[in-house]
Amino acid sequence: MSTSEMIPDELQAPTAPPVSQGRLIWRRFLSNKLAVVSAVLFILIVIFSISAIGLGPIPGWWKYDFKELNDQVQRGSPTWEHPFGQDRIGKDYFALTMRGIQNSVLVMIVIGVIASVLGVVVGAVAGYFRGIVDAVLMRITDVFIVIPALVIGSVVGHFAGGLGAPVLAVMLGLFSWMGIARLVRGEFLSLREREFVEAARVAGASDSRIIFKHILPNAIGVVIVASTLIMASAILLETALSFLGYGIRPPDVSLGLLISSNQSAFQTRPWLFWWPGAFIVTLALLVNFVGDGLRDAFDPRHRRFNLRKMREEEPEPGEGDGGSRKTGVALGEDVL
Amino acid sequence: MASFILRRLLVSVLIIIAASFLMYMLVAYSVDPLADLRSSNSPNKTQLIAARIDLLQLDVPPPLRWLFWLGGAAKCLIPFANACDLGSTISNAQVVDILPQALASTVQLVTLALILAVLLGVTIGIVTALRQYSGLDNVVTFLSFFLYSLPAFLVAVLLKEFVAIGFNNFLAHPVIQWWVAVLIGVVAGLIWQSLIGGNMRRRLSTFVISGVATTLVLLLMSAMDWFLHPGLGPVVMIILTAAVVVGTTALISGLQNRKALITAAINGAIVIIAYFALQPLFSISSVATIAILVIVAILVSLAIGYFVGGYDRGQNMRVGVIVTIVSGALVLLDRFMQAWPQYFSDTNGRPIATVGSSTPGLEGDIWVSGLDTFTHLALPTIALLLISFASYTRYSRAGMLEVLNQDFIRTARAKGLPERTVIVRHAFRNMLIPITTLVAFDVGALLGGAIITEKVFAIPGMGSLFNAGLSRGDLNPVMAYFVIIAAMAILFNFLADLAYAALDPRVRVR
Repeated sequence: MSTSEMIPDELQAPTAPPVSQGRLIWRRFLSNKLAVVSAVLFILIVIFSISAIGLGPIPGWWKYDFKELNDQVQRGSPTWEHPFGQDRIGKDYFALTMRGIQNSVLVMIVIGVIASVLGVVVGAVAGYFRGIVDAVLMRITDVFIVIPALVIGSVVGHFAGGLGAPVLAVMLGLFSWMGIARLVRGEFLSLREREFVEAARVAGASDSRIIFKHILPNAIGVVIVASTLIMASAILLETALSFLGYGIRPPDVSLGLLISSNQSAFQTRPWLFWWPGAFIVTLALLVNFVGDGLRDAFDPRHRRFNLRKMREEEPEPGEGDGGSRKTGVALGEDVL
Repeated sequence: MASFILRRLLVSVLIIIAASFLMYMLVAYSVDPLADLRSSNSPNKTQLIAARIDLLQLDVPPPLRWLFWLGGAAKCLIPFANACDLGSTISNAQVVDILPQALASTVQLVTLALILAVLLGVTIGIVTALRQYSGLDNVVTFLSFFLYSLPAFLVAVLLKEFVAIGFNNFLAHPVIQWWVAVLIGVVAGLIWQSLIGGNMRRRLSTFVISGVATTLVLLLMSAMDWFLHPGLGPVVMIILTAAVVVGTTALISGLQNRKALITAAINGAIVIIAYFALQPLFSISSVATIAILVIVAILVSLAIGYFVGGYDRGQNMRVGVIVTIVSGALVLLDRFMQAWPQYFSDTNGRPIATVGSSTPGLEGDIWVSGLDTFTHLALPTIALLLISFASYTRYSRAGMLEVLNQDFIRTARAKGLPERTVIVRHAFRNMLIPITTLVAFDVGALLGGAIITEKVFAIPGMGSLFNAGLSRGDLNPVMAYFVIIAAMAILFNFLADLAYAALDPRVRVR
């Protein structure tokens, strides 16, 4: 059953079988074709890159390794033997690009996870306890937020870049949590005044139980959306750092490093530039689309904007429009 | 209010001090300022190392060194004392001495990019909001997602390789092929029909008229060798000024407001007269002359707006000033175009530069050197602009849609105001309020983004100061960069808060 049939049903009959909040959001996400296609494509690209050159010691199906030097075939231009061509010293460019994708995705996910966990903890504690705790934590957040991401990333990458992609990612994650902390704090400040929190407190729940069992599940939408969007900017941050020379160092590669080291060869060997560039843009675009789809799924109030147009284009059955608008707002408030 | 400002200032200073400590420790423990000397083969290696340790006080532990640095930096706050001390670089130059030039070129770059991004982003955001779900809206939405996902360095490298080199190659043989002109015409027609909207027939006629007009103008420009000898000329100048007069009046007050139309027309006429009268003066002008002319023009247009009067003097004055500024800009543009052939030959036929911030050894009047700055700044500015432009478009589109959905807009429509008044006077102003906050955040992002742009285009600005300092292990320039960036970010946030309170009476500053 599709979503468009589902929502009016719910409206007309309060006695309809209850659908859990999570399922509603999931369905809303699935109804967003662009976001679903993006998510699937993203996973396919990651699986493709892992299966092609393997992961760590496990070999993949592609015959060349990204560190291996080969003989130049046709001055390194793309051939059947090397579909993405070869770089100046004969390394297989397909293997290099796949390795770059792996590193970029790894950095992106690690940054996203660390930033979300740190941000949630700081924001939740600040928003829940308020007062002096809040003031101290938020001033600390202010101190970190003053330094632009690229600047702190360069400094961190300067010493962590040589230690490999995972270490770099963890270090960058330690400096990316500020945005989520502020968002979560805002959510907690408003949620802690709600009746269900009062009820939990009266029932004798401990602070940590109220924070993690009662409030956090209600704020999870904001966190998921924000961390997806952080991941999209993390990909760009990593490639920018590698471009400046503060990210992943040779012999390991990342997409940004590939572009940086082949920038001067643009006129003579354009493929060295186009492949990594295309993959950076594709990955970031896909993550952004997924993030946008998640935001729409968690916050149906976004749909309110197109009301005027919706009325003209697809009049909903029955009292339709006004009703769904009200539900939209109500759902939104419940989720957030 | 005063106590709010004081408190904010105090907190800001404390935050900058704490952040500078964090930054100092991170950099001091991660870089090795002696790296280049350790690997050198020079016979007096030990003396050189000792000299540098002495120069940068490397024998002092970093936390203590930070205190010394802070003491020196604090002297910058004493006005007129000239006691500023931000330490020295590893090559024994005072950071304070190299800072102003770097700061000037970055500020130039960032200011231009910021202003253009806000103007373009907000305009396109509003237009797409008013034409929601049109073809144009969908294309712009997709484009802004695309721009979000485009790394700054990729844009910069692509611009350098395609736009700069491609445009220079085009200027060597400035002929537009007929099919290129037709293609551009079709695209222009598609954009216009989406903008103007209406029913099928109206869209079709808009498409045909605008498409054919664009194609013909392009072919005419190509045939007249316009790209090598550009210029507006008196006829085009008069037509464009008339268009500015009518367009501004229609947008701000509506054409039925005769007083506003008269103000606009008088201003337009004055600009046209000035265009003819001032040409000899322009040839011997300096920057100061132009600045005086601009100020006089604005004062005159305000006065005209005031004396024409009518029931809404403020509106008249706004119309007058906008007409004067826009058509005055056209006059200056025309004068710059007249200097183009000379600049073109000075640069050996490759005018768009890909590196640096000025052509070394170029001599000429303000028009030629102005063109030189423009051709050097054009690409880095576009590279910087594209990224923040996307977020302005998104936010202003969403903001406009949200405002248009509010009850006071329905009230305004219900009491019979024309749609123009509803959009310009009611919706537009409310939409601008959240944009102020976005601008404040964006200043920080642009200054950070300048690191990459300056590297790609080899501009000697703040970003390259930071970049070179960090890779050489030079702590003091990095800290100088950081302090200025952080202070600017905090300052703009503060200004945004004040602006927010001034614009939105619901927000109280305590």
